[in-house]
Amino acid sequence: MGEHLLEIENLHVQYNTDEAVVNALNGLTLTLDKGESLGVVGETGAGKSTMALSILKLLPAKVGEITKGSITYDGTDIIAADNHTMRGIRGARIAMIFQDPMTSLDPIMTVGDQIYEVLELHFPQMNQAEKNQRVDEILELVGIQKSRRNEYPHKFSGGMKQRIGIAMALVAEPELLLADEPTTALDVTIQAQILHLMRELQKKYNTAMILITHDLGVVAEFCENVVVVYAGEVIEQGSVEEVFTREKNHPYTEGLFNSIPDLTTDVDRLIPIPGFMTDPTNLPKGCKFASRCSYCTDICRTEAPPMFAEGTHSIKCFLFQQKGGE
Amino acid sequence: MQTPLIETVNLKKYFNTPKGLLHAVDDVNIKINEGETLGVVGESGCGKSTLGRTMMRLIDATEGQILYKGENILNYNKKQMKQIHTSMQMIFQDPFTSLNPRLSVGDIIAEPMKVVRNVKGKEAIRQKVQELMDMCGLPDRYYNIYPHELDGGRRQRVGLARALALDPRFIVCDEPVSALDVSIQAQIINLLMDLQDKEGLAYMFITHDLCVVRHISNYIAVMYLGQVVEYAARNELFTHQYHPYTKALLSAIPTTDLSRRGRERQLLQGEVGNPVNPKPGCRFASRCQYASEACQEPQELREVSAGHFVRCHLIK
Repeated sequence: MGEHLLEIENLHVQYNTDEAVVNALNGLTLTLDKGESLGVVGETGAGKSTMALSILKLLPAKVGEITKGSITYDGTDIIAADNHTMRGIRGARIAMIFQDPMTSLDPIMTVGDQIYEVLELHFPQMNQAEKNQRVDEILELVGIQKSRRNEYPHKFSGGMKQRIGIAMALVAEPELLLADEPTTALDVTIQAQILHLMRELQKKYNTAMILITHDLGVVAEFCENVVVVYAGEVIEQGSVEEVFTREKNHPYTEGLFNSIPDLTTDVDRLIPIPGFMTDPTNLPKGCKFASRCSYCTDICRTEAPPMFAEGTHSIKCFLFQQKGGE
Repeated sequence: MQTPLIETVNLKKYFNTPKGLLHAVDDVNIKINEGETLGVVGESGCGKSTLGRTMMRLIDATEGQILYKGENILNYNKKQMKQIHTSMQMIFQDPFTSLNPRLSVGDIIAEPMKVVRNVKGKEAIRQKVQELMDMCGLPDRYYNIYPHELDGGRRQRVGLARALALDPRFIVCDEPVSALDVSIQAQIINLLMDLQDKEGLAYMFITHDLCVVRHISNYIAVMYLGQVVEYAARNELFTHQYHPYTKALLSAIPTTDLSRRGRERQLLQGEVGNPVNPKPGCRFASRCQYASEACQEPQELREVSAGHFVRCHLIK
């Protein structure tokens, strides 16, 4: 088996607040290969963004703490890496696109300068003319006229700002792109444009991508593989085909599917997942989904289930121990 | 024919801006019958929220009529309006800012009754509040707590309970589930539909989410830059779309249905245009792949088949 580009092993992250310890990630494990596009799905508070911040070692200082596990990026141990090493990785080898294009750009710097800054940091050998040309190229590539490079972010609409965010992320041609809800703040027709653009650029540069979203539809259409995160753990993973054919799913994934109305099939009534997200300050002993699960048995309350794999599709639920057999 | 519960006739709302007249709502004609839901879809800035607010008379219309049970409420004075507002209520998108943070849940729900005095006496109000909380799935122990202690879904339930306090017949729901996670979203949608079955409420459901709108609506109006560009019964609209914008909108929605995965998408070029001083022609023309000379002419909303209206000259 070849080396993975990114390996996260049994990652535990907690936030130490005055009132309580919030267990944001509780043994998250995933791998990503070069050029792969992976969708990470989960609801608010599942730990999706914490995962992205951990990969870049950008967890809030003092409050956020990695307590267990490892993150290995292309042979480098991220958790042990010093600031100097991380600076070489952030932006150059792993880039991030943020959810809110309105606040993730510097309002008092022209968009051209913001992109130029990335090159200045990571490509000191380039001369000024080369860098300027590169900025023009990347702007055109994301569909913004290069004549607008001297304008400030407030002059651009939300979709345009997200295009600039993408340009900034891709200008250094990173190997891995972390996109944290990149289209949540945008309208559907603009969302389609942006996702389309991201996919094309991803193919062009053979970039690996982690697309974090709560929208199952976005994952189904734009990713190859998918992991479903609940209470800081991966509870199901597989290819998009395996997960979305809905033949075998984790009860939580099934619940997500039942909660959303569909464009083509009719249902009389949506079936919401009962109860609320597990309290991250007070995690149950067994399966974290047990209290909301309609298939829950005694063992679920006392013992945390392991991953049961069938080929590339794995589910963290005791149900599949019995059913799967093999 | 039965008189619709609420109807707008050539309703217009223009705003004066330094750059000119902003056509937020332009010539909108919609009808909603008792017990039915009209879904209003469109992208940000298309005027769907302004339409809702204008119909509630939270802002005053520029021109046109709003008929409630056949009577034009735009002619009503303050006193009459206060009366009619008991039958028309609104729930808002953002459950975090639409509740008064300094009132407890019980007080928030009781407030409309204290203002309108439809229920008199402390005990009676308290009892009604508890009924409403029960109806909206809020446990009794929330009576004395404050909105910041609740999550988004429960806050939206409080907003709904408050709207129901005056026994309305018509509720404008302005993106009530957009800020919620899918599992919570499903709970709120189910609640809204149950209440409609039980009380025969009429809803105007404003959203940008076509999947949700398909699930909840009887009729759907698609808006683009202040105008209704397509209007039809739900099944009709989802089987035959005529307007190029509706088509593009439907094709842009990502779905979990794998069979739609490889479909050819109609990607729209460019972004929503500017509603300030729009040209007389079709407002979608700049992004439309079928645009021609004829699109410079003003477009009428025409009936192309029974009950199906489209604003595009290409559709015969």
